[in-house]
Amino acid sequence: MAIKVRIPTPLQKLTDKKAEVKCSGKTVIELIAILDKKYPGIKERLCDEKGNIRRFINIFVNEQDIRFLKGKNSKLKDGDDVSIIPAIAGG
Amino acid sequence: MSFAKSLKCRECGRIYEKKPIYVCEYCFGPLEVVYDYKKIKKVLTKERIIARKENLWRYKELLPVDHEPTVGLNSGFTPLFEAKNLSKKLNCKKIFIKDDSVNHPTLSFKDRVVAVALSKAKEFGFKTVACASTGNLANSVSSHSKSAGFNCYVFIPADLEKSKIISSLIYGVNLVAIEGNYDDVNRLCGEIASKYKWAFVNINLRPYYAEGSKTYGFEIIEQLGWRAPQNIIIPAASGSLLTKVYKGIKEFEQIGLIKKSNTKFHIAQASGCSPIVTAFKKKSEIIKPIKPNTIAKSLAIGNPADGFYAIDIIRKTNGYGEVATNDEIVEGIKLLAETEGIFTETAGGVVVAVCKKLVEQRKIKRNEEIVISITGNGLKTQEAVEGKTSKLIKIKPNIQSFEKIL
Repeated sequence: MAIKVRIPTPLQKLTDKKAEVKCSGKTVIELIAILDKKYPGIKERLCDEKGNIRRFINIFVNEQDIRFLKGKNSKLKDGDDVSIIPAIAGG
Repeated sequence: MSFAKSLKCRECGRIYEKKPIYVCEYCFGPLEVVYDYKKIKKVLTKERIIARKENLWRYKELLPVDHEPTVGLNSGFTPLFEAKNLSKKLNCKKIFIKDDSVNHPTLSFKDRVVAVALSKAKEFGFKTVACASTGNLANSVSSHSKSAGFNCYVFIPADLEKSKIISSLIYGVNLVAIEGNYDDVNRLCGEIASKYKWAFVNINLRPYYAEGSKTYGFEIIEQLGWRAPQNIIIPAASGSLLTKVYKGIKEFEQIGLIKKSNTKFHIAQASGCSPIVTAFKKKSEIIKPIKPNTIAKSLAIGNPADGFYAIDIIRKTNGYGEVATNDEIVEGIKLLAETEGIFTETAGGVVVAVCKKLVEQRKIKRNEEIVISITGNGLKTQEAVEGKTSKLIKIKPNIQSFEKIL
């Protein structure tokens, strides 16, 4: 089993147009580093120069916003679902 | 003829073509419409605006449509008036109310943004429109989608006020209630929007949609006699309305319709959902998302997308932010009803309560003019005040019975 990652449209150019990819990693930030090896350039899009997740990106682990968990150091395990979603306006 | 040139990332400045896209491919910053102000300055004069019909399209050069607008032709141009009784009650010199609780056709400021978003959806050739909503947007998209001839999917949190649910269902749209809060609805809609090629008004049409809010500010300026107010108090969910009213004022300055202004922007949130005010008060660079718990459901967004920009504007205009508890919201609704005869929804109660607080705390001086933003109608959130109003008087059908209760 692996971790399922849903890729938002703006990043699908980097993932050969795939909307969902499989990956691994013990934490969110580690997962991003491993994703970047498979799909070079993806980390730069998701993280700023300091390695923090950009402020307009929301990352969810099993539907839970990682800012309610441990941010970029939130733990991951096999079978988890990760969604990367840009911020959305009000309604 | 279009005066909107392109889309631009608010974070890194990259330029994009006008398409149904909403985030920068590089840094995920939100995209915003940029205009050719030199060209607009040549054609958009006060005289030309005044000669046009009284709806939000009288400022169409500053809205992102490429052709004549097709949706929301009766929306906007709601009343602005001096609230003398409320001013007296709060011991203030002059409070104005900008009253979108009577906006056409669905009684909230969302009729503005939807007019622009669906006119744009037509231009892009979409057949289906959709939105993620806390209620007011749902009503407006539902209504306008029918008059404009779109298929329509509307997504809401399951615990919305009954009236907001019925006021969407009546139009015969596909209303989908999601077990979760608005932020859950947003997350799911983000995923649906990338899979289905629909016009999600506040997702892939967001850059165009949000521009509609500027007209709330344009109208205030025009109705005040072509000047910006000293203070404005705006309720915030995502923070988008505040940032766009500010943009609107700056645009009017840029094209020379008004002199340089120094309006102070104040933000109002419910204490059960105040991520923006909390970050502002803590002087924090991070807006920590929260799980909303408030009767002001139209403001219950725990993860506000435009919060950073809203805080930036409050700081640079020397404004403040304040919050209202559930009880204070109800008191605010009642105060506005009892002084000005206006029944606003919970978001309006938040604004009235925050106005009272900011004046009491001397954050706004009593001798300064204040515009308060009433953005929605109380008929949609009656549950919030049920049992908290004066009591119904029941009598027998005779004069003695009546005189007993006098």
